[in-house]
Amino acid sequence: MDISKFKPETVYTIYIASTPEKVWQALTSAEFSRQYFSGFAIEADLRPGGAFIVRAPDRSEHIGGEVIICEPPHRLTVTWNVNWPGLVEALGRTLVTYEIEQAGDAVRLTMTEAHEQSLSDDILSGGRQGWPAILSSLKSLLETGKPLSVKMAPPTRMLAALKAMGIEVP
Amino acid sequence: MSSPEFVYVTYIETTPDALWRALTDSTFSRQYWFGTEFRTDWKIGSPFALVMDGKTTDVGEILEFDPPRRLSYTFQHVLDDELRNAGATTVVFMLEQHGKFVKLTLVHQGFVGAAAVKLLDGVSKGWPAILSSLKSLLETGTALAIPTSALGIEGL
Repeated sequence: MDISKFKPETVYTIYIASTPEKVWQALTSAEFSRQYFSGFAIEADLRPGGAFIVRAPDRSEHIGGEVIICEPPHRLTVTWNVNWPGLVEALGRTLVTYEIEQAGDAVRLTMTEAHEQSLSDDILSGGRQGWPAILSSLKSLLETGKPLSVKMAPPTRMLAALKAMGIEVP
Repeated sequence: MSSPEFVYVTYIETTPDALWRALTDSTFSRQYWFGTEFRTDWKIGSPFALVMDGKTTDVGEILEFDPPRRLSYTFQHVLDDELRNAGATTVVFMLEQHGKFVKLTLVHQGFVGAAAVKLLDGVSKGWPAILSSLKSLLETGTALAIPTSALGIEGL
């Protein structure tokens, strides 16, 4: 897959008192993700071409994708497509990359969300609202043993924009 | 077209009052902000300065002081000639309670012209480290040990 045509739209960087290996494990395992990601389970077959799934608490596949680049514990690139009917057809595919680097005694985690198509700020507001909450919670979990259960709902402006494009939102 | 800005959001398990104190008290900032201290009386219109290891790095003016909800000051870098030419920018901190957590939103704006490109790059690399360290300090009692050389900022 040619990932060079995906345009980075949202970047979020957070520093964590941990090791690259532990941050990698937290980003790629259901056991950790259920704690910091509102009960969602990450199921990743960690090899290029392997399946990448984010399973909702009701067991449905909320996000489906494929592992594109897998260089543990420093870089993971996956396609990250929300399984709402017609969404990928209308918005194109989404690519998420995690870069994990040592920075002094801490770890710098950089998440980049890139898109195949040019999207409005309304559509992008979902990721821009979600990532800080998810990754703040991941940081708390790794540093204190306890995640933050921030209540999250899709932003109204995003839902309105999707509806205007004729995409059915649950 | 509006000028570029840097926005950062983090959620911290703390109270708005404790977060406000950390944002305005040098006892805290020294720990999470690379040794930086505030020099200001926090009155609206008063001068504001950031001092690191006895050296003034940035100067500005207090624009808003509404504890524990909203804090804003202008911010002009003074150490590096090139960055000084970028002029004054504006920082706004917004604190919102979400149950047991506080959502902290930082908006840094006013990057106008070519000289501001380097400043925006430095700011975009600096704030995530400073605010991550602030979150660690409030949640665990210990700030992060990140050397400024690890930030990837040119010339630092």
